Amino acid sequence: MDLYKSAAHELHEKLIKKEISSVELTENIYKRIDQVDGDVKAYVTLDKENALAQASKVDKMIAAGETIAPLAGIPGAIKDNISTKGLRTTCSSKMLENFVPIYDAHVIQKLRADETIFLGKTNMDEFAMGSTTETSYFPTTHNPWNLERVPGGSSGGSAAAIVAGEAIWALGSDTGGSIRQPASFTGCVGIKPTYGRVSRYGCVAFASSLDQIGPITRDVTDAATVLNTICGVCTMDSTSLNEEVPDFTKALKTDVKGLRIGVPKEYYAAGLDPKVDGVLKKALADYEAMGAEIVDISLPHTEYAVITYYIIAPAEASANLARFDGVRYGYRNMKATSAPEMTTASRTEGFGDEVKRRIMLGTYVLSSGYYDAYYLKAMQVRTLIRQDFENAFEQCDVLLTPTSPVVAYPIDGKMDPLAIYLLDVCTIPVNLAGLPGISIPAGFVDGMPVGMQLIGKVLDEETVLRAAYAFEQSHEYHKVMAPLGGK
Amino acid sequence: MKNYITVVGLEVHAELKTKSKAFCSCSTAFGSEPNTHVCPVCLGMPGALPVLNKQVVEFAIRTGLAVNCEIQKFNKFDRKNYFYPDLSKNYQISQFDKPICLGGHVDIHVDDNPKRIGITRIHMEEDAGKLVHSGATIKTSDSSAVDYNRAGVPLIEIVSEPDMRSAVEARAYLEKLKAILEYIDVSDCKMQEGSIRCDANISVMTEDAKEFGTRAEIKNLNSFRALERAIDYEVERQIELIEDGGHVVQETRTWDDAQGITLSMRSKEEAHDYRYFPEPDLVPVEIDDAWIERVKAALPELPAARKTRLMDEMGLQEYDAENIVATKAMAQYFDDAAKHTDDVKGLANWLLGDVSAYLNNNNIEIDKFPVTPANLGELVTLIKKGVLSSKLAKKVFVEMVKEDKSPKDLVKALGLEQVSDTDALQKMVDETLAENPQSIVDFKAGKDRAVGFLVGQIMKKSRGKANPAMVNEMLLQKLKE
Amino acid sequence: MKVTAKEVKHIANLSRLTVPDSEMEKFTEQFNQILNYADILQKLDTKGIEPTPYVLPISNVLREDIAVEGVSHEEALSNAPDVQNGGFKVPRVIE
Repeated sequence: MDLYKSAAHELHEKLIKKEISSVELTENIYKRIDQVDGDVKAYVTLDKENALAQASKVDKMIAAGETIAPLAGIPGAIKDNISTKGLRTTCSSKMLENFVPIYDAHVIQKLRADETIFLGKTNMDEFAMGSTTETSYFPTTHNPWNLERVPGGSSGGSAAAIVAGEAIWALGSDTGGSIRQPASFTGCVGIKPTYGRVSRYGCVAFASSLDQIGPITRDVTDAATVLNTICGVCTMDSTSLNEEVPDFTKALKTDVKGLRIGVPKEYYAAGLDPKVDGVLKKALADYEAMGAEIVDISLPHTEYAVITYYIIAPAEASANLARFDGVRYGYRNMKATSAPEMTTASRTEGFGDEVKRRIMLGTYVLSSGYYDAYYLKAMQVRTLIRQDFENAFEQCDVLLTPTSPVVAYPIDGKMDPLAIYLLDVCTIPVNLAGLPGISIPAGFVDGMPVGMQLIGKVLDEETVLRAAYAFEQSHEYHKVMAPLGGK
Repeated sequence: MKNYITVVGLEVHAELKTKSKAFCSCSTAFGSEPNTHVCPVCLGMPGALPVLNKQVVEFAIRTGLAVNCEIQKFNKFDRKNYFYPDLSKNYQISQFDKPICLGGHVDIHVDDNPKRIGITRIHMEEDAGKLVHSGATIKTSDSSAVDYNRAGVPLIEIVSEPDMRSAVEARAYLEKLKAILEYIDVSDCKMQEGSIRCDANISVMTEDAKEFGTRAEIKNLNSFRALERAIDYEVERQIELIEDGGHVVQETRTWDDAQGITLSMRSKEEAHDYRYFPEPDLVPVEIDDAWIERVKAALPELPAARKTRLMDEMGLQEYDAENIVATKAMAQYFDDAAKHTDDVKGLANWLLGDVSAYLNNNNIEIDKFPVTPANLGELVTLIKKGVLSSKLAKKVFVEMVKEDKSPKDLVKALGLEQVSDTDALQKMVDETLAENPQSIVDFKAGKDRAVGFLVGQIMKKSRGKANPAMVNEMLLQKLKE
Repeated sequence: MKVTAKEVKHIANLSRLTVPDSEMEKFTEQFNQILNYADILQKLDTKGIEPTPYVLPISNVLREDIAVEGVSHEEALSNAPDVQNGGFKVPRVIE
């Protein structure tokens, strides 16, 4: 049985009906990993022994007639910037190559309480800084739709694992698009929740006011299921919202009659690949046919979003990554004879170029004499961008945009950092405004997946999920597995 | 040589005596084995986040009210960025532009001259860990070991206006501030343990100058004495520098207590650029009037109020009351001892006299004084009642500090009860008069000093136990016959 | 040219990083590319606009003052590169 092709909700049914066992399922996935991960390179660390032990435990629970949670006994993958106690967590960096956390992230605690299974930790751009997973200290992950192309980033490993059948569900993190863009490049579902919905305790911080953990899954139903578990206030995270968590699966309806879908013109401007534009136009027509109302919208400050992000995020990152100094954990240059020398050498040798670039950019924009012109200015523009969305949502319920202006491009394309940054134009504003956003497969261009993004109001994941589900169920994209060169 | 004015401002850091740290729930207990009160948050582990301890805000508001500050309704935290091994995140969570308190004052007395010292601001922040150097000093060590038990302990920083004009004023301010912090029970204020720390900003200016001179910041002041000596030294150093045609550099200097000098701490690196920005992991703290009122209502009695109470309710003189309330511990001791005696004036004299002398000579605070308030009170009562002469009382006191025994027991054991029995005394008076006929002649000739001599003889005869007042009266009566 | 190689070196120093001389030119160029692009922000009139340091409209997230046991001493040191007398050992603290 190709269990690895199934979604979590399908497997849950099979488990409770005792048609399959969790051990069987878990072994099936590990077998798949053995088969394909040599090519895909989605994983950094596997935790087979513990995973199988957990699977065995769940099988016993089922045999004893216990009610189990939807994710119980179902194997998933965790992006390697999420703290897992006792299991190596590297952030795909040499700096943390041998780091073993002493505590579980809040989301991991919640998932453990659901008796789910962790297959291992997935590859990513180093410290989540990147859009291709190429800045990883480890060999880059390959897109299962075309192994010579990038899977996107920074949660490239999790997304690739999903579409290659190497995990049934996965967690990623999203600061400027790092869940949605890889989901788009690999043809699966990725959600960045409203900022504050999911606790950041245990998510290695990149940019504190932008980071959110979210699900990467085969379909919208699974994404809603994972959201149900990981959302909720956390006493260890001062920025987590004390808001009731609805049952997101109840929002999964195919009715979008009267739904006002906003189309922000700035996201369909120059730079958008015309073929990707074609896919989005078709999706809009599909929505109209389903009874949705299309509304023309303008988000006038969109053009300033990328640079605003690339000032705020590095600024916060420069301080968040200061803790990596070789003193308490992580890579240390043992030859240095003074602490300042040791710290400089450890950081220089432990961090890759992109991380160093962003730390320095962040230090620069915060430094005396430049703070007002850059950081303060960026914070003001952030307010304007938020206001754009607030205004837009007075005229519509949800926004529809491409997730990325292009499809997955070749690995090692030798692009300028700035050129890569500019491709985040569709996803970044959502983080700046703290809104929920989803990317779902909308079609193909030259054999590569195209994702479309739905953006919702603050705390309105339900409308986003409904709109996504309706589209998904009227197409078959969620049932297609990546070819992986015939494997 | 021109006349120079000394200008001093003090920055005081006080560790707040909360049970848990500022941003995590680790214990703040002092003196444990290294790295035993730590967690992912105060260790700066990847992914850890701060959560503010409510009591830190309460204590900060309490402090602000006690020193007459305006409590700021909108508060936020900021990151102060610099690299140092004792700083587990390599940034300190502090408050930069929206601190919890602005504008207050502390009133001091120097030689009975009152003066008001302004306070610029008070803000909340977290402490760093501790470095244990392998060698004797930081400069002579090959390595250091970091203990993060103290990392994250809450601090308040109290910044004064540059209102002090001498080392004596600075000391008086620090003593008063320390007393207030102890009174309102927000800090242990133990300078030796580092729960209160002081940096001094010192500059000089000529009398006709229109602006303050350039200031130097002096660190490593571990006692009141060090503070005074450092100010005196630094002022002299700056004056000499200026008189020689040089300029004072704005820099950080350290006080070297052994050599009695300040030394520059400047390294080749430039001055710190702390790159303050708002702490994104914390949300603002908004303080409403109701909260301030609650804290105000629960504010413990401050030194000024306590002094007034001692004067009004117990009839103490101002000078005595002022000195009794100088520290909370002394004031508390006084109150406890006063339960065991009516003679509050006598008690005050003993505390400010013999007891204070004992504390100074043995370099301890009253919390380490071996005599209980009850026993001291009893001693004062025995003197008042006439059971014990004040002279002999001093002997008893010497025994009491060795072994905290009840004075009543000691008096009995040493056979020191004052003799006030009229018959016994009369006998001694008659005997002494008989033995000293010349004194009678002298007295009759107008030499009043003869009485004193005769009293002395009787005291000798009675081995100090005769009640001198009664003896004096009886002698006079007999002599006038 | 927004920043010179010298300034890049200074920023690197503040960040406790070193950029090797061979990389310096390329690094400075890339840095400048980004900073030049940042000029578009100056086109925007942001007078009177409140900055957004906080995405969420919440305040007063506070914790009760209760001490709780943290991690064990061994766990605390479990990832330490070098240990001495129960502390994290570092080479001499000042240069």
